[in-house]
Amino acid sequence: MATYSDPPAGSFQLSQLINDTRYRSYTFQIIALIALFGAMAYLVSNLLANLQAAGLNISYEFLGEPAGYDINQTLVDYNSQSTHLRAAIVGVLNTLLVAFLGCLMATVIGVVVGVLRLSPNWLIRKLMAVYVEIFRNVPVLIWILIIMAIFVAVLPQPRDFRGDNAEASMLWGMFAFTGRGFYFPMPVFGAGSGVVGAVFVASIVGIFGYRRYAKKKLFDEGKLLPVFWPSVALFFVPAILAYLVMGRPIGMEYPALKGFNFQGGIFARNSLISLWFALSIYTAAFIAENVRAGILAISKGQTEAAASLGLRPNRIMNLVILPQALRVIIPPLISQYLNLTKNSSLAIAVGYMDLTGTLGGITLNQTGRAIECVLLLMLFYLTISLAISAIMNAYNNAVKLKER
Amino acid sequence: MKKSVFLGALTVAGLTAGAAAAATLDDVKARGKLNCGVTTGLVGFAAPDANGNWEGFDVGVCRAVAAAVLGDPMAVEFVPTTGKTRFTALASGEIDMLARNTTWTFSRDVDLKFEFVGINYYDGQGFMVPKALGVSSAKELDGATVCIQTGTTTELNLADFFRTNNISYEPVPIETNAEAQPLYLEGACDVYTTDASGLAATRAAFENPGDHIILPEIISKEPLGPLVRHGDNEWGDVVRWSLNALIAAEELGVTSANVDELAQGTNNPEINRLLGTEGTLGEMLGLDADWAARAIKAVGNYGEVFEKNIGENTPIGLARGLNAQWTDGGLLYSPPFR
Amino acid sequence: MSDTHAQSVAFVRDTMLPEQAPPASEAGVVKWMRENLFPGPVNTILTLLAIYFIYKIVAGSLPWFWNGIWTTSSLAECREILQGATGGCFSVLTERWNQLLFGFKYPSDQYWRPLVAFILLAVAVAPVLFAHLPRKMLLFTGIYPFLAFWLIWGGTILSPLMVLIGVLAGLAAFRRIEASGFAMAALAGLVTAVVIWWLGGFLASAASGVLALEAVPSRDMGGFMLNMILGTVCVSLSLPIGILLALGRQSHMPIIKWICVVFIEFIRGVPLITLLFVANVVLSYFFPPETNLDLIIRVIIMITAFASAYIAEVVRGGLAALPRGQYEAADSLGLDYAQSMRLIILPQALKISIPGIVNVAVGLFKDTTLVSVISMFDLVGMIRGPILASTEWNGVYWELWGFAVLTFFVVCYGISQYSQWLERQLQRDHR
Repeated sequence: MATYSDPPAGSFQLSQLINDTRYRSYTFQIIALIALFGAMAYLVSNLLANLQAAGLNISYEFLGEPAGYDINQTLVDYNSQSTHLRAAIVGVLNTLLVAFLGCLMATVIGVVVGVLRLSPNWLIRKLMAVYVEIFRNVPVLIWILIIMAIFVAVLPQPRDFRGDNAEASMLWGMFAFTGRGFYFPMPVFGAGSGVVGAVFVASIVGIFGYRRYAKKKLFDEGKLLPVFWPSVALFFVPAILAYLVMGRPIGMEYPALKGFNFQGGIFARNSLISLWFALSIYTAAFIAENVRAGILAISKGQTEAAASLGLRPNRIMNLVILPQALRVIIPPLISQYLNLTKNSSLAIAVGYMDLTGTLGGITLNQTGRAIECVLLLMLFYLTISLAISAIMNAYNNAVKLKER
Repeated sequence: MKKSVFLGALTVAGLTAGAAAAATLDDVKARGKLNCGVTTGLVGFAAPDANGNWEGFDVGVCRAVAAAVLGDPMAVEFVPTTGKTRFTALASGEIDMLARNTTWTFSRDVDLKFEFVGINYYDGQGFMVPKALGVSSAKELDGATVCIQTGTTTELNLADFFRTNNISYEPVPIETNAEAQPLYLEGACDVYTTDASGLAATRAAFENPGDHIILPEIISKEPLGPLVRHGDNEWGDVVRWSLNALIAAEELGVTSANVDELAQGTNNPEINRLLGTEGTLGEMLGLDADWAARAIKAVGNYGEVFEKNIGENTPIGLARGLNAQWTDGGLLYSPPFR
Repeated sequence: MSDTHAQSVAFVRDTMLPEQAPPASEAGVVKWMRENLFPGPVNTILTLLAIYFIYKIVAGSLPWFWNGIWTTSSLAECREILQGATGGCFSVLTERWNQLLFGFKYPSDQYWRPLVAFILLAVAVAPVLFAHLPRKMLLFTGIYPFLAFWLIWGGTILSPLMVLIGVLAGLAAFRRIEASGFAMAALAGLVTAVVIWWLGGFLASAASGVLALEAVPSRDMGGFMLNMILGTVCVSLSLPIGILLALGRQSHMPIIKWICVVFIEFIRGVPLITLLFVANVVLSYFFPPETNLDLIIRVIIMITAFASAYIAEVVRGGLAALPRGQYEAADSLGLDYAQSMRLIILPQALKISIPGIVNVAVGLFKDTTLVSVISMFDLVGMIRGPILASTEWNGVYWELWGFAVLTFFVVCYGISQYSQWLERQLQRDHR
C-alpha cells in the first residue's frame, strides 16, 4: 500500500543517480570505490617510483639469509648463522612469552586489587585507589623505563658480589638479584625423575578428582567435605614420598658467580623482568577497575540474599558474586590482554628481543628492508589481535546463550 | 572540518620543508639549506652544545659542504638519525647527505644503493672495559655481557669475532650511544663495544675517564665516510670533492687562517686550482670558483677539523694514526685537483 | 517528685535516665577506626601492613625531598654538598627545565609563544567541555587552531589567516546552497576553500613579513611541548575522521561499510609502535618522489589514523546506544540522511560518547611518549637521550623520572577526573 508510485521504467535520468535514494547509494559506493582504488593506485605508483629511483625492490629473500647477529634470550635453538626467519621466530616466541607472563601476573594483581578496592578497610581501599590512579595515568613506557632504571641503578651488579667482603650477597645462596636480571636455581632431572613427575601429575589429577567427588557429595547428600587441606596434602605428600623413594633424583643447580657473570640456574634478564613487571602493574590497574565495575554491577540484593541463606562472606563471593560478575568482567579483561600484548612491542625501549626487537629492529637495520619487515610485523600483531577477538566473540556468544 | 584544514596547513608547512629529487644540488640551492643527517649525539663527532648548536667532526663535513654550495656554513639543518632511521632518511630524501660515522661496506654500497663519497675517518671496532675488571685482551671476555649499538656493523663483527674465537658472550642491544652510557657505567654490561673513535668520544664524556681502558684489539675495518643517494652523481661529486678539498688543503698547507691570503694567487698551481684562481674546477661542479676556499675558510682543513673536535688536545684525545696524510704515513690521500 | 506508683510497686523509675555516651568503642574516631581499619583479624593485619608500607615510603622519600638540592650545576656537585646523606638532586630540573618542557632547540627567547598557546588552549577547550559556559566562546575555539599554529610555528600570520578565510568562505558557500542538497553543498564548500587556500598560499609567500614571528621548524619542537602538540593536534584531527568512520561502519552501503571496518580493525589490531615505524621508515616511500614531509608530520598522520580508529569505535558505541526510535523519528520527519545525522542522531550520540572520547584522548596523550622510540625528543626522549647521557647529569634517575611521572599524572588525572564528573552529569540527565 505504498502511497508513492515508482517512476515508470525507462524514464531513467542521470540526475536520479544523485537524487533518487534507490540509486544514490550505488553512486556513492562506486565513487567511494573509485576513490579508494585511485588512492591506492596513487600510493602504489609512488612507492614503485620511489623504489625504482632508489634502485630497490620488494623481496622477502632476505628471510632466508644468515642473520649474522646474536640474540641473548632464545627459546629455540639459534645462533648468528641462523636465518633472519629464525630470528623472527625467536622474536615471536619472546613476544608470546612476555605477553603470557604479563597477562598472568596482571590478572592476579588486577583481581586482588579490584576486590580490595571494595574492601571494608578504609586504608586498603584508599591505597588501592591511589595505586590504580597512579598507574593508569602515567604512560606505560615511563614505567618500563623506570623499572629498568631500578635495575641499572639500584640493584647490585655481579661485580658487587665479588670479593671476600662483597657489597651484595645471594639470598640463601640460591637466588641472586642483580642489575642484569634475576638468577634462580634450576632443577636438574636425574634418572628416575620421570617417576616423580608421573606421581606428581597423578596427584594433581587426584586433587581434581577429589574436588569433584566432594562437590558431588555436597550436592547429593549435603555433606560438606574438607577440601583445602586434603588438596594440599595430595599436592605435596605423594610427590615427596616418590622423591625420597627414588633416591632424590631431582637436584638443584644453583647460580654461582663465575667470571663476569653468574653461571648456571635460570636467568631472567633485566629487560624481560622490567617489561613483564611494568606491563603487569600497568595493565593490572585497568583490570582492577574492570573487576570492581563487574562486582558493583551485581546488585546488592544478591549479596543480601546469599547472606540470608547463611553463606559466609567468602562463599558469597565464590558462589554467588564472582560467577555472575565474571560475565561482565571477562570481555574487557580479554581486551586488556590484547592491549598488553600490543604494548609488549615497547620491548624495544629496553632491548628485550621480542619480534619488534628482532624483525622490526635488528633485521630491519641490517638488511634495510623496511617495508617488508614492518609489513610482517603488522601482520603478526594483526593475527594475534584477530585471534583474541575471535576468542572474545566466541565467549560472548557462549555466555549470551545462558541469558534469559 | 576546520580541524582538517589545520592538517592542510601543517602539510603545506611540511611540504615546504624540503623536496628531494634527482637534482639534489638544485634543490639544496633552491632551499638555501642543506639537510644533513648526523648522530643523535656523540661528543666530538656530532652533538649539540648547550645552545643547541651542532658541533663535531662529522658536523664539520656538513658545514664544509654547506659553505661550498650555499656560501654559508651555518645554513645546515641537522637531522639526528639513529642506526635504524639513517638509511631510510637518506633513501627517502629527508636528508641530502649522511655524515654519521657510517661504515662503508659492500652491501650498503651495492644492495642498499648508496654512494659513499670518500672516507673521512679510518676506524676499527674496539672494546672498552672498566679498569677494575682487570681485563687486558678481548680474548679474555668469555661470558661477558657486551653492550652493542644495534643496526651497526659492530653488531655483526662482534658475532663473528666471538664465533671465530669460540667464546661466549651475552649481547645487550641498545639503540643509541646515550642509552649505552648509563648501562655501561652502572655495570649492567661489562664491555661496551663500538668504533674505537666512538669509544674514545664516549669515554671522554665520563666523569672519570681514567677508570676505563680501551682494549688493544681492533677487530674490524671501519672506514667511516659521508654518503649520498645512488644515482645523483652531480651531487655525489659536490660532496666528494668538498671532502677532498679539506684533505688536499691540509696536504698543501692551506688553513683557515691563510686561505684568504693564498686565494689571492700563489705560485703553486694546485693550490690555485683548488682555491679557484686558476682553472674552472668550481664551474665544472656547478658551483662558483671559490667554493673550496669558502669551505676551508669556514671549517678549516682536515687537520684543523680533526684537531678542533677529536684531536689530542681535546678531551677525546685521538691520535691521527691512520688518519694522517699519506705523506706522514697515514692513509689520507686526496686525488689531485686537476 | 511524682508518687503515682508509690503504693503498687517498691520502685519504679519515672524519669528518663540521662542519655549516656556510647561505649568508647562505638563512637567517634574509635568506632570509625574499628569499622574501617580493624573490622577483623585479616583486615587488622592488612591495615598494619599498609601502615608499615606507607611509613616505609614516607620515611624513605621525606629526607630525599627535604635534603633536595636545587642550585648546583652537576650531579657531582650535588654529591659533594650532600656528603653521602640522602637527598634528591633537583638541580637537574632547575637547570634543564627548558629542555624538559620545550626541547633543546626551541629558541629560548620564544618560550612565551607555546606557553601562551597552551594557556589559550584551556580557554578554547573550556566551552566544549563545560556546557554551562557562554556559547559565544565557541567562536574562539574555532579560531584557536589557527592562532596556535601561528604562535607555535611562527612565520607570517597571513598563512593561518588565509586558511581561516578559506574555511569561512567554504562554510559560507556551503550554507548558500545547502538547500539544494548536502553533497553538492559540501563539494561547493570544499572547492571554494581550496581555491582560497591556493590563492592565499601565493599571498602568504609574497608577503611573508606581515606580522611575522620567528619561524620555528617542526623539527625543533621537543620536550613536553611535543607531547602536548601531538596529543591535541591528533585528537582534534581524529575527531571528525573518527565520526565519519563510525557513520561509515553503521552505513547500509556494504562497500563503504567494509572499507571502514577493515580500516578500523586493521589499525586497532596493530600496536602504535609499528605505525610509528611506518611513519619513520616506510611512509616516505608512499609520497610522490618530489615531496618530503617532516618526521613530525608523518607521525601526526599515523597517530591521527590510530586515534580515529579508536574514536570511531567509541562513537559507534554512542550511535548504537541511541534508541531506534530516534532514527525512526528522524525518518518520519522527512529528514534526509545528512540532516537526520546532523540534527538528531549525532548531537545525542556524541554527548553519550564524550566520556569514552575523553578516555581515548587520555590514552592517546600517554601514547605520545612512544615517539621517543623513533628518536624524537619528547619529554621521555629528552630524559633518555641528551640529559641522562650528559656528563653533568649521568645517573640522575629518580628526579627526572619523578618529574615525568608527575607531569603526566597531573594532566591525565585531571582529564580523567573531568571525564568521570561528566559521566555522573550525563547519568543524572538520563534519570
